[in-house]
Amino acid sequence: MRNLQLSLNQTQKIRLQTALEKLESLSSKSNSNSCVTVADSIPIYEDGILKGHGTSDRKGELVATVCGVVERINKLIYVRTLRSRYKPETGDIVIGRVIEDYDHTMVFQIYFMDLAVSVEAKASFLRKKTHMCTHTAKENLCSSFKIELIAPPLTGAVHQSLRRRTAVDELNMRSIFTENDLVCAEVRSSQNDGSLQLQARSQKYGKLEKGQLLMIDPYLVKRRKQHFHHLEQYGIDLILGCNGFVWVGEHVEARDTIVVNDSEQLAKKSGGTSMDLDEQVENHTPPETRQNICRIANAIRVLSALGFNVILEVIMETVKLSNTMNLDIHEMLGSEFYVLVAEKEAERRSSLSQKEKVILACNLRTKF
Amino acid sequence: MEYVSPEGLRLDGRRPMEMRQLRAEIGVVAKADGSAMFEMGNTKVIAAVYGPREVQNRSQQITDQALVRCEYSMANFSTGDRMRKPKGDRRSTEISLVIRQTMEACILTNLMPRSQIDIFVQVLQADGGTRSACINAATLALADAGIPMRDIVTSCSAGYLNSTPLLDLNYVEDSAGGPDVTVGILPTLDKVTLLQVGFHLYSMWLQRTEC
Repeated sequence: MRNLQLSLNQTQKIRLQTALEKLESLSSKSNSNSCVTVADSIPIYEDGILKGHGTSDRKGELVATVCGVVERINKLIYVRTLRSRYKPETGDIVIGRVIEDYDHTMVFQIYFMDLAVSVEAKASFLRKKTHMCTHTAKENLCSSFKIELIAPPLTGAVHQSLRRRTAVDELNMRSIFTENDLVCAEVRSSQNDGSLQLQARSQKYGKLEKGQLLMIDPYLVKRRKQHFHHLEQYGIDLILGCNGFVWVGEHVEARDTIVVNDSEQLAKKSGGTSMDLDEQVENHTPPETRQNICRIANAIRVLSALGFNVILEVIMETVKLSNTMNLDIHEMLGSEFYVLVAEKEAERRSSLSQKEKVILACNLRTKF
Repeated sequence: MEYVSPEGLRLDGRRPMEMRQLRAEIGVVAKADGSAMFEMGNTKVIAAVYGPREVQNRSQQITDQALVRCEYSMANFSTGDRMRKPKGDRRSTEISLVIRQTMEACILTNLMPRSQIDIFVQVLQADGGTRSACINAATLALADAGIPMRDIVTSCSAGYLNSTPLLDLNYVEDSAGGPDVTVGILPTLDKVTLLQVGFHLYSMWLQRTEC
């Protein structure tokens, strides 16, 4: 909702206002007393609590060090900030851009919000350094440069042919990724020097091609079981990166085949032959898919500008809404659609809370 | 010149112990991690915080705590006559240092080792008390960026003119040449993090102020 600049007419203003008020009334009831600001004391109801992030001890009293919402999980008490930089956790799915390749490691930029300075000064601005080390299985090395795994050696049982990576592998990594490539990976661990290790455990991770990258505020993407979505009706892959990077791209069946093609193409190019027609057809993205990509991307843009959580159901509902309204893709960014989406979301949440009430009532009835 | 009228009113109609109107707004800079606008009467200051991010200059990196940097500047249009050089002069460097030290005292820097926090403060309208307005704005911006802090720093200035202690001086009172003091405190911890006195302050005035 921050920095929303729209030219609304009077009725649209009022409609947006009422929708937002409705949303506020729905959310504020549940835990209004758990919001804290810096240096507020947090009430403790039991002994032997664990202090989590955003809390500190002041003369035996637990106080907040950030503004946010108090969360209690068993004995752990922590404060979840409303807005802050992405904090990586092991197992997060992130999307990053390769910014440099130095000292035998690939450096990825996984979090920069600053679009304006990212192009020229990308090496020094707003990034979290992450190292990615490839570990290619031996037989793969000859046939294709598959980013098979960046494997924790402990899972050696699964990958029998693990071996130490060599200088050859490092050179090969260059043929898989180059600067400015977009890569999807999982956070493996964080080093104690503040850098991260990323891994691409299976085929679904790896280089991203033919699509759009969106950068939204990371707090709008919630950690879920599923971050990869294949939207069959549109033929599109949607990846919601925990670092606020969202990928909307053409559906790819198995990612490693793409890599094979790439390497073959590279070989062909170096051989002096131009890309033949078949390959061009193969690599062509049909216009319908392109339009779908744009439509979904615009839906996400609208949602993030309004400050709604970006989850699959809401995105699909927004896309459906735009389809039923017969809106063009560019019209989705008009102020009327923003208002409509806000109203729709208010409706959805109120119906959800009503459903919860019904379920609660049913449960009570079955109990007694 | 008479700064306090016989009725006990100041030039802008305030009582000696009255502050100017405060107004604050959060999230004014779209691309910053945290930002705030703070107004004290006609003084208007904007602050933006970037970070914690990777240290740009490797040699400045601190292994056990975060590096806090601050840049203070005044907009060309902020003062009565247009400023030629909005930053880099002696006064801006000094205020940058003051803000940095005050903020460093309240940020829990040991939680973010090997990182850097940049605070940019710009004065849009200068009408006295820019130092305290900048500190207030910077605190709000830091809180908005979700950076862990001990407490919210609050700051205000005070002066002594026409044998009356005055709170929150405006430009005319500030340039009158009397003593002025800027205080920054951590209210819940009850600690002073900034205390700056300009001009000579005589002990007899202090006694008079007490009663």
